[in-house]
Amino acid sequence: MYATNYHRASSIADAVTLQSSSDEAKYVSGGMTLIPTMKQRLAAPSDLVDLRHVGELKGISVNGSRVRIGAGTTHAEVATSAELKAACPAICHLASHIGDPHVRHMGTIGGSIANNDPAADYPSAMLALGATIVTNAREILADDFFTGLFETALEDGEIVVAVTFDAPAKAGYAKFPNPASRYAMTGVFVAKASDGSARVAVTGAGSDGVFRHAGLEQALSANWSADATAGVDVDASNLLSDIHGSADYRANLVKVMAKRAVAAA
Amino acid sequence: MGVEGIGARVARKEDKRFLMGQGRYTDDMSVPGMRYAAFVRSPHAHAKIKSIDTSAAEDMPGVVAVLNGKQMLDDGIGNLICGWMIHSKDGSPMKMGAWRPIAHETVRYVGDAVAVVVADTLGEARDAAEAVVVDYDVLPAVTSAVKALEAGQPQLHPEAPGNLIYDWQIGDADATDAAIAAAAHVTEMTIVNNRLAPNPMEPRAALGIYDSAEDHYTCYTTSQNPHVARLVMSAFYNVAPENKLRVIAPDVGGGFGSKIFIYPEEIVCLWASKRSGVPVKWTSDRTEAFLTDAHGRDHVSTVKMAFDANNRITALKVDTIANFGAYMSLFSSSVPTYLYATLLSGQYNIPAIHANVRAVYTNTATVDAYRGAGRPEATYLVERTVETAARELGVSPAELRRSNFIRSFPHQTPVIMNYDAGDYEASLEAAMKAADWNGFPARKAEAANRGMKRGIGMSCYIEACGIAPSAAVGSLGAGVGLWESAEVRVNAVGTIEVLTGSHSHGQGHETTFAQLVAERFGVPIDSVSIVHGDTDKVQMGMGTYGSRSGAVGMSAIVKALDKVEAKAKKIAAHLMEADESDIVIENGALKVAGTDKTVPWFQMALAAYTAHNLPAGMEPGLKEGAFYDPANFTFPAGCYIAEVEVDPETGKTKIIQFVAADDFGNIINPMIVEGQVHGGIAQGIGQAMLEGVHYDPETGQLLTASYMDYTMPRADDLPSFNVSHQNTPCPNNPLGIKGCGEAGAIGSPPALINAITDAIGNNDLSMPATPQKVWAAARAAAN
Ligand SMILES: Cc1cc2nc3c(=O)[nH]c(=O)nc-3n(C[C@H](O)[C@H](O)[C@H](O)COP(=O)(O)OP(=O)(O)OC[C@H]3O[C@@H](n4cnc5c(N)ncnc54)[C@H](O)[C@@H]3O)c2cc1C
Repeated sequence: MYATNYHRASSIADAVTLQSSSDEAKYVSGGMTLIPTMKQRLAAPSDLVDLRHVGELKGISVNGSRVRIGAGTTHAEVATSAELKAACPAICHLASHIGDPHVRHMGTIGGSIANNDPAADYPSAMLALGATIVTNAREILADDFFTGLFETALEDGEIVVAVTFDAPAKAGYAKFPNPASRYAMTGVFVAKASDGSARVAVTGAGSDGVFRHAGLEQALSANWSADATAGVDVDASNLLSDIHGSADYRANLVKVMAKRAVAAA
Repeated sequence: MGVEGIGARVARKEDKRFLMGQGRYTDDMSVPGMRYAAFVRSPHAHAKIKSIDTSAAEDMPGVVAVLNGKQMLDDGIGNLICGWMIHSKDGSPMKMGAWRPIAHETVRYVGDAVAVVVADTLGEARDAAEAVVVDYDVLPAVTSAVKALEAGQPQLHPEAPGNLIYDWQIGDADATDAAIAAAAHVTEMTIVNNRLAPNPMEPRAALGIYDSAEDHYTCYTTSQNPHVARLVMSAFYNVAPENKLRVIAPDVGGGFGSKIFIYPEEIVCLWASKRSGVPVKWTSDRTEAFLTDAHGRDHVSTVKMAFDANNRITALKVDTIANFGAYMSLFSSSVPTYLYATLLSGQYNIPAIHANVRAVYTNTATVDAYRGAGRPEATYLVERTVETAARELGVSPAELRRSNFIRSFPHQTPVIMNYDAGDYEASLEAAMKAADWNGFPARKAEAANRGMKRGIGMSCYIEACGIAPSAAVGSLGAGVGLWESAEVRVNAVGTIEVLTGSHSHGQGHETTFAQLVAERFGVPIDSVSIVHGDTDKVQMGMGTYGSRSGAVGMSAIVKALDKVEAKAKKIAAHLMEADESDIVIENGALKVAGTDKTVPWFQMALAAYTAHNLPAGMEPGLKEGAFYDPANFTFPAGCYIAEVEVDPETGKTKIIQFVAADDFGNIINPMIVEGQVHGGIAQGIGQAMLEGVHYDPETGQLLTASYMDYTMPRADDLPSFNVSHQNTPCPNNPLGIKGCGEAGAIGSPPALINAITDAIGNNDLSMPATPQKVWAAARAAAN
């Protein structure tokens, strides 16, 4: 790791000031992505602004059907929240399968979506739930937020404060883990809104990162059942190929995981 | 057996310090003035070094020295060598290219060292290493051994035209060809044994300390055989003469073979310590370990197995290409020859065998012994082929094996080995019973109802341990003898120190070796200490690998104990005025048989050291040493059965049960033996289903350089193991031990692949059988 300066922010405003006062500063939340990257000398922020002690980023609330998860909420907190389990158990299930217990007690939802790893789990939930990403400056629809591999709509210095979404009528997540990293080789989040329309988002498989699958959405909007996925065509041409899985294999996994996600919903 | 003697499940003495985080590993060592080394490594798989500019690095904060390979050459540090001479079938010696500890002209794999920085802190050393500017002329690279043999491929070493190190054979080619021509059935296969990264939990490390006042060197290092390290560094690398070089391998966190070999880094730390005047420590990080630890396996073979009309095997013909990587590692040459082809007879009576092996340079990390070393490759080849033959012949795989088993011993195979004892049927029976083999069809049908494909597969392995009679391995090309040494020191108060040339890095020697002494003298094992791993304490030893510490290391201890016992009895007889032949040792005392006369063990020891009343002419003291040279290899064998369930939609394979029925000869501590089997099977499952080193075939970049891409087995990848023993004592060593350290890794891969291919109905599947491969193979079978 290269030498770096550590700052502990006490509020969002404080964090923004600290971040803007040096040219190569970065926020750190759980540090589960950023710190390993720094240890491998692949990232070299001059300053780290620690968001873990910012109270405004914490907490889960459910008001009626509106769900709000603070950016600083850990995966373990999401996995075990009784309120969330009642409103959207699928997101608890998703969080409970991220990494290992150490990672889940450190890593945060804000860090995960800000990082937008193409194999991370949360981005698929945000897209499928039609979530809104609340930042210190604005609100961004998930559809506009995830812009590419490790790319988001966040401006330099912009902080994810929370995510909000309407509790779905039904939702499910099925993940086929990469055998080595246990990130998603393919993960599919399916959500049925109260109006019956379905949204389906796929992580781990797309060569441009997380994406929605129109064919699966149409099929499931017409008929919300595991069988409905059978006739859908999944085109392999925009999918990733690597030593763990070919694009064809991932195309198959998209279908199988979609089917299992609906069955689990 | 006593509660602490031979056969007892004694909890490991060493575990207290390990479990409490108080182990002392090389990286824990710290000496005054110590500095840190960071290596500058080649980012290219193959390149000429045009220039190395260290000026910017030298000016960086904390930098003590930036050293290069030319300086090392000028200081007379020698090439790294391979210590086992193999001759090609045309009689020519193997073609060894030069391996410099730090390359100064050509780099041949990604990770090849080109310079080393010594600095006050590790961070400063790494910063400065990044500031070293190396100008490369990048050359084309080749990573596949099969391809490297083709015309027009990049050439690695001028000494080895066509990248061919040797073209070796064993067995009778004519007899084998004739039997194949006359066969009723011939099973033919191409078999790939995947390349593995060893991944001990503790990465390699070295601390070099040069003492200018004494002109003496001390090297702490992660070694399975510190004496061999000293010998090689002294005799071949010109680091220092043996009396000026102390090598200490303290606690070592696993090796699996990869810490047998002497690598550039320990040589560099010693040399850099002298050149820069400070002690120098280097510890590998995990990616450095993936890049530079010697890998294992990496064979591509074709095989023909011939059968007569009664399904008896009449011949086996094998052609193997073995990838050696960029340089010849210390024992690399022996692995695909005498540790591999000599085991191709398996458990079967095969009248004619011929194997041809070509060893090949490629632009990859070195390849050498890894848990099993050659024997997993042989077992996989034989057991996949027998299984395939059973399918082709339409006979039960158990019956085909059974009808070809060797049943009388000793048995001379056509490939050197003389099997001394075994009962293959007993292990087969035990395994089939434990696995409820006959109930499998019902379980398969039940799984099918759930949409799952269930399969079962077996593997009957044999291996050779206790390597080995020195004269025999010498005649086969080994540069060293493979005996072991021991010294037993009885202190004046009766406590006992056992000095051994074996080295424990996970095997539990501090417990099992002490059990041996406890059994012999009836003393508590807490009064017995095992001393190992330091060339200043133990005079000489050959170290631990090839499951030799029990069969060879303990046999040396037994010889030394015999001498101690003889002298102790003489002293006791003198003290009790009895005849020496009437003295028996029981429960920590020396007694005159049939009387109530007794001398406690400690009193006898005290008498030896006070020397007030010893038999006339006897030297004071009680300390005896012995060297033991084995009479033969030992031959552990067994039968493993795997039952799996494949999810055809995803190709995910679940291991439902894994049964291991082993013959290890006599067992000192069953708990430790079971632990060895569990660990070995975990590695075998890793090879069969999870692990595989991948290089980019064009650029030679290592694609599996971290755990993000290299799949290490995890607890939830493994079932609970069903382990049993059907032991036949080894007739060739005093304890009847065969060895158990590698069997799990040797026997398990073919059982798993036989089970998975049985489940999916497609025999065309290579290791590791990842979900994607199994899915594709299952789909191909269904279409
Ligand atoms: C062993 C291991 C296994 C893992 N397995 C999985 C897995 O299976 N699935 C999965 O999805 N993930 C996995 N992860 C990643 C884990 O979920 C991370 O915690 C997560 O991706 C990042 O969250 P973090 O809070 O740790 O962010 P950090 O590492 O602290 O930060 C990540 C990035 O986000 C930025 N950032 C952090 N917080 C904010 C914020 N509030 N606003 C704006 N920018 C911010 C940082 O500047 C940095 O660039 C794994 C990680 C490890 C170490």
